[in-house]
Amino acid sequence: MNLRRLIAISRKEVFQVLRDTRSLLIVLLMPLMLMSVLGYGVNLDTKHIRVFALDEEGSQASQDLLRRFSSSEYFDLAATVTDYRALATALDDGRCQLAIVIPYDFSARMHDGRPVNIQALVDGSDNNTAELAIGYAQGVLASYGAVVQAEYLRKSHAPSVNPVLAVEPRTWFNEDLESKNFIVPGVAAIVMAVVGVLLTSLTVAREWERGTMEQLISTPVTSLEIIIGKLLPYFALGMFDTAACAAIAVFWFQVPFRGSLIALSVGSGIYLIAILGLGFWISVATKHQLAASQIGLVTAFLPSFLLSGFTFPIDQMPPGVQPFTYFIAARYYIVILKSVFLRGTSLGFLAGPLIALVIYAGAMVLLAKLSFHKSLA
Amino acid sequence: MMASNGYSVEVEELVKRFGDFTAVDRISFQTRTGEVFGFLGPNGSGKSTTIRILCGLLHPTSGRAIVAGYDVVESPELIRRNIGYMSQKFSLYADLTVFENLRFYAGMYGVPAVELRDRIDWALEMAGLRGRESSLTGTLAGGWKQRLALGCAVLHRPPILFLDEPTSGVDPLSRRLFWELIQQMSGEGVTIFVTTHYMDEAEYCNRLALMNGGKLIALGTPTELKLGSIRGSLLLLECDRLGEAIERVRRLDGVRDVAVFGNALHIVVSDAAIAPTIRGALESDGIAVAALKVIRPSLEDAFVALTTRHDADADAEVSS
Repeated sequence: MNLRRLIAISRKEVFQVLRDTRSLLIVLLMPLMLMSVLGYGVNLDTKHIRVFALDEEGSQASQDLLRRFSSSEYFDLAATVTDYRALATALDDGRCQLAIVIPYDFSARMHDGRPVNIQALVDGSDNNTAELAIGYAQGVLASYGAVVQAEYLRKSHAPSVNPVLAVEPRTWFNEDLESKNFIVPGVAAIVMAVVGVLLTSLTVAREWERGTMEQLISTPVTSLEIIIGKLLPYFALGMFDTAACAAIAVFWFQVPFRGSLIALSVGSGIYLIAILGLGFWISVATKHQLAASQIGLVTAFLPSFLLSGFTFPIDQMPPGVQPFTYFIAARYYIVILKSVFLRGTSLGFLAGPLIALVIYAGAMVLLAKLSFHKSLA
Repeated sequence: MMASNGYSVEVEELVKRFGDFTAVDRISFQTRTGEVFGFLGPNGSGKSTTIRILCGLLHPTSGRAIVAGYDVVESPELIRRNIGYMSQKFSLYADLTVFENLRFYAGMYGVPAVELRDRIDWALEMAGLRGRESSLTGTLAGGWKQRLALGCAVLHRPPILFLDEPTSGVDPLSRRLFWELIQQMSGEGVTIFVTTHYMDEAEYCNRLALMNGGKLIALGTPTELKLGSIRGSLLLLECDRLGEAIERVRRLDGVRDVAVFGNALHIVVSDAAIAPTIRGALESDGIAVAALKVIRPSLEDAFVALTTRHDADADAEVSS
């Protein structure tokens, strides 16, 4: 490896990027754009589920139960209707996601200590919200049931009225369970996947298309010098974007940053090499800008978004899909990002994902080098 | 390092196939150190493929090629240090300035830092680009681009220079300037290997190899090719009613070929002595003959004669 040739290639690449408005715009605007779209747009919090209720009894007790729904932050008691048909229409129209039916013999049964059935109808077209709605509704009903039972026992002069088990949940790392804190740090992984793969996937393909590669490979420059020389400027741009994402996350979205900048930089640097290597490999293999950018989008952006654990937790994916996530570099980086931002984990505890990324990065650069022939055919 | 036997390029039974298509078909030749060696032939005759093999950009299917003493298959990297290459298509960076392109290629060829400034100055001077160092290369006119490309290819003073159709699409004045530079470098001992399809440029070459359909069909100095190509003599006929004259002359015994050249005819005959017979035959048909004389064939005559003979031989081979 000849240092002067390396520098000459990097310098040339810098001049070209600086004169290419399109690339510059991608580098400068992508963090802002994706941060605002994903930071504001992706909200996985299910709060304020709209509830319609049919209270067939209309007693003090049934009102009491409904009040428990309206006072929960997860539910909005939107309306109380008088017949079953109205309830069904409301679910049909999507005016509510959950409908509660309190039977006419609600208090009578409770008074006698007989079991009461509360009907809950859920709009299952959004299964995520539906499951959460059922879970929260059961929680509300269970706590109400516990109170009723305690009351019943007290009245019947039972010796002990204390509940046997009480759970006092307490969330660590993301105390308010805000999905913003879960989503925003991960956006950096998406931004870098887009910027890194898109820009590098064009750089070699462009030289083949314009014919400049033929001249370049007639010189003594080696393929590794071309690869590394071209990667260096994009590495700098990628790190700039990482810093921009981190700054936006902390100062604009107020996501806590509890870890060290060193851990963030080391993790980001290795991830960036992996991503740039992937883009480079695509570029070397396709030799055409259009094909390279399409493949880049499909292999980098979409999987980083869908399969990395950024939007959907990996352990909740179908078992058939889970093995594929190991081939997504963002999978490892998102673990690092979330740990550094929210848990304040130090480098030592991130050895697993870091080693995975180092292997990934090495494999990508090696594949790029192996597929890059200084030959026209 | 130069080959000790006086040859810069040695090619032996070189073959290059792309699938079923044979682009280069068992060609052999040598290029002497310091000569301007021209590769002449129609498009698709295998000139560019050969030059790319010699620069180590394509792998030959079989055969051997030695450039600057190194085998193209075994040590392409050593060859790349010793050659300059200008590809057919303009291939410098249009979005870099003139100076940036020169500095980039100086870096690629490892021009020592102490010489860098001198070599770039020399290239700017040679290409006539002084004062345009900071122009974007894409904005230059064709002739300047071409000379800049030449400048970039010779920054490291390579002993062998490969030029693939260096003057295609360049205006005549720039072409002449370019060839003056080529002659100058050849005078300094650089071996120049150049492909072209301009006949006037071929005249500048010390030796020519004529390619057709992947085969090397003739090799020699321009004069040798001109004389050797025509079996017999070449007559120039200036007369009126050219169309009728062609038909009349073609039917005469001892006439091999008749072709229109401008507003005259070129007649290939076995023996110049039948000239009076031709004149007599035309005049008896009432065709006025303004001139009929023996001429030396031009390179174009040689090119046409050699390629048609080669095509005819190839057809005969196919039909037999």
